[in-house]
Amino acid sequence: MPLIVEQRILAPRVSWLRVAAPEVAAKAEPGQFVMVRLDEKAERIPLTIVEADREEGTIVLVIQEVGRSTADLVRLRAGDTIRDLLGPLGRPTEIERVGTVVCVGGGIGVAPILPQARRHREVGNRVLGIIGAQTKELLILEEEMRAGCERLLVTTDDGSYGRKGLVTDALAELLAEEQAIASVTAIGPVPMMQAVAELTRPYGIKTIVSLNPIMVDGSGMCGSCRVTVAGATKFACVDGPEFDGHAVDFVELRRRQSFYREEERRAVAAAGEGCRCRNA
Amino acid sequence: MPERVSMPKQPVEARRRNFDEVAQGLTAAQAAAEARRCLQCKNRPCTTGCPVEVDIPGFVRLVAAGDPIAAARLIKEKNALPAICGRVCPQETQCEAACVLGKKGKPLAIGYLERYAADCERAATREGPAVSARPDGPQVAVIGSGPAGLTCAADLARGGCRVTIFEILHAPGGVLRYGIPEFRLPKAIVDEEIRYVESLGVEIKLNAGIGQLYSLPELFSLGYEAVFIGTGAGLPHFLGIPGENLNGVYSANEFLTRTNLMKAYLFPEYGTPIKVGRRGAVVGAGNVAMDAARTALRLGAEEVTIVYRRSRAEMPARAEEIENAEEEGVRFRLLTNPVRVLGEDGWVTGLECLRMELGAPDASGRRRPVPVPGSEFVVPAETVVVAIGQGPNPVLTRGVQGLALNDRGYIIADAETGATSLPRVYAGGDIVTGSATVIAAMGAGKKAARAILRELKR
Ligand SMILES: Cc1cc2nc3c(=O)[nH]c(=O)nc-3n(C[C@H](O)[C@H](O)[C@H](O)COP(=O)(O)OP(=O)(O)OC[C@H]3O[C@@H](n4cnc5c(N)ncnc54)[C@H](O)[C@@H]3O)c2cc1C
Ligand SMILES: Cc1cc2nc3c(=O)[nH]c(=O)nc-3n(C[C@H](O)[C@H](O)[C@H](O)COP(=O)(O)OP(=O)(O)OC[C@H]3O[C@@H](n4cnc5c(N)ncnc54)[C@H](O)[C@@H]3O)c2cc1C
Ligand code: SF4
Ligand code: FES
Repeated sequence: MPLIVEQRILAPRVSWLRVAAPEVAAKAEPGQFVMVRLDEKAERIPLTIVEADREEGTIVLVIQEVGRSTADLVRLRAGDTIRDLLGPLGRPTEIERVGTVVCVGGGIGVAPILPQARRHREVGNRVLGIIGAQTKELLILEEEMRAGCERLLVTTDDGSYGRKGLVTDALAELLAEEQAIASVTAIGPVPMMQAVAELTRPYGIKTIVSLNPIMVDGSGMCGSCRVTVAGATKFACVDGPEFDGHAVDFVELRRRQSFYREEERRAVAAAGEGCRCRNA
Repeated sequence: MPERVSMPKQPVEARRRNFDEVAQGLTAAQAAAEARRCLQCKNRPCTTGCPVEVDIPGFVRLVAAGDPIAAARLIKEKNALPAICGRVCPQETQCEAACVLGKKGKPLAIGYLERYAADCERAATREGPAVSARPDGPQVAVIGSGPAGLTCAADLARGGCRVTIFEILHAPGGVLRYGIPEFRLPKAIVDEEIRYVESLGVEIKLNAGIGQLYSLPELFSLGYEAVFIGTGAGLPHFLGIPGENLNGVYSANEFLTRTNLMKAYLFPEYGTPIKVGRRGAVVGAGNVAMDAARTALRLGAEEVTIVYRRSRAEMPARAEEIENAEEEGVRFRLLTNPVRVLGEDGWVTGLECLRMELGAPDASGRRRPVPVPGSEFVVPAETVVVAIGQGPNPVLTRGVQGLALNDRGYIIADAETGATSLPRVYAGGDIVTGSATVIAAMGAGKKAARAILRELKR
């Protein structure tokens, strides 16, 4: 069972885990993810591979607590194990030398954008980064992003750090200033990705978003993760998770994400009552 | 001549709402009496009807003589998974279709007897088989732990190979694990049969997706001398009609995986949810559709309707499961074709359908259903499950150079040996034939194991 070798808290309810998974680390590329099942009774949930250290044989996962399954993962410490970890899954991001690129990460989305920014830099692209959070204490991985980008703009919704506003405000400025942007990659909450795609559409700039529908197996056998892109149904786990932001049906994605809202509440409530003594 | 025995079942009212096994198994007296009906035919027509050639009169004679354990051992010489096959094989089109007794009356209940023998053997304390894999035997990789992969691995281990099964999910068994429900095939039995395969020395590596973790060519550089591909037909087909992505529409694979593999019927004790409305509609009429419909009932749906575009005679499900579904109150809307999923605020409210009538025979010889113009009507439903078949999952085959596929994406393999277009790469089961049966997949695994052993001896 994969062992957690190091754990840090990045922000309230956001945990950074370094996990021993040598076979996965050997193959992982930016844009790919793993499916994690914490214990016998847990759900399988998708998490992006934020870093892969091939020599050490470890991968880094960054998890934000939003419900039952992520809450259980955020509680883990070094020395704990994860029952099942499957990966790498999904198509790797296509990263080539194209010139100037923009990487936008919102909230927890900063974690998955980081490996992409780093790879863009490695292949010789000029990387402009934009990261944002609701408030200062929720901003994550700023140092790492700064090191990976030529220039980094930071926003907070409440103005407690960096410039006040949304990542899209900063992007609008960049789009106006910069001449030759080859691509924009945006990862974060669905409304943010949608807003980014709307901003870049008039400029005709290639815009890539990483979709996060509800998944079960992560290997193309259930269709839970289906999304509509350019009018066609795609399975995000095997055809994505990255797609052309200008062609994604974001409204459908948001609706499908809310499929189990009622059950999610029940799961959290049941956990609160301690009806599930997982480690007993 | 005494009557064919009937299977004791859980009463309908109770079983509609629980996940316990429906068929309860024969008693010793019932099994012995049924076994005595066998004529012990010299030319064994029943055995020709069995894809893996189980010695049917032989094991039936042992059951009649009161030695079901010896019977089970005899079956296991040909079939490593008798407790499973006794429960899920379409006997009515295989061994029992060929049984001489069927000419005048009802055929021998071969499936019930196979199950009885296997269950007796499982209940008896069993000393594990001696490990057959030799420590210096050649290494063989098997991809996928469904019936094809498990059977191939067991036979290879018996032949002295060191076998590793690579399985992408977190539990082995393929469709036996994630597809066929607990009430038809208890998972404890699947576990037991898999333990038997492991006891032969087979190693099962879970959470290992080939095509991602290792490519096919990489397996050879890891030291495997041959590879068997048994990855099944796991990619769900959708209808391609408007409204299919509304909340409340599931593929049968998702619906059954949530329930069986993830145990969503025990939510929230188990973390994976499932949502079933008051009314369910299931499109299709194969085993998968019957399983989905009966699962929906057990998850609390009050009304479940099977929607199928052909007529009763063409329904591909096992006769016994159609009967069980009917007894449990599943409704059948035959000669009915869905044209649109209706919704409100993003949630399913029903299926708009057209009535069909049978026209001229098509290429398969079956009369082709043709729509009756203007016959639109609505089957109201809050949950819709699409069970119209599966295709090959491209994860493994994507990016493999030189592996010949047919126009539907299935692997082209020799029917007798499982040999593919690549040297030392064999394939069998649903990934070659498309969705078929457990026993056909096992038969393919067996043939490939034989061919691999031959090849490795050279
Ligand atoms: C390819 C991919 C990569 C991902 N990478 C990361 C990552 O690196 N770090 C991380 O923290 N999260 C990531 N996610 C999201 C993460 O999988 C979900 O947050 C998690 O499944 C929620 O489970 P839960 O039981 O804690 O919450 P739930 O109780 O299931 O849901 C709580 C809330 O989250 C929403 N939600 C449910 N499922 C998802 C989902 N799949 N994506 C987004 N929101 C969801 C629900 O609508 C609900 O509002 C990724 C998702 C995908 C598809
Ligand atoms: C709901 C349902 C009910 C059925 N009922 C019956 C019945 O009553 N009687 C009957 O005879 N037949 C029935 N069938 C059909 C039967 O189950 C299949 O024909 C049979 O399981 C095929 O076996 P297989 O070994 O080829 O593939 P599968 O059972 O599909 O197993 C394939 C395995 O390979 C794994 N895999 C896939 N890709 C990879 C990869 N890249 N790397 C590693 N592993 C991988 C999969 O996870 C899976 O575990 C039913 C099917 C379904 C879906
Ligand atoms: S055909 Fe029927 S009666 Fe004859 S041996 Fe087989 S099972 Fe017995
Ligand atoms: S998560 Fe099941 S097909 Fe994508």
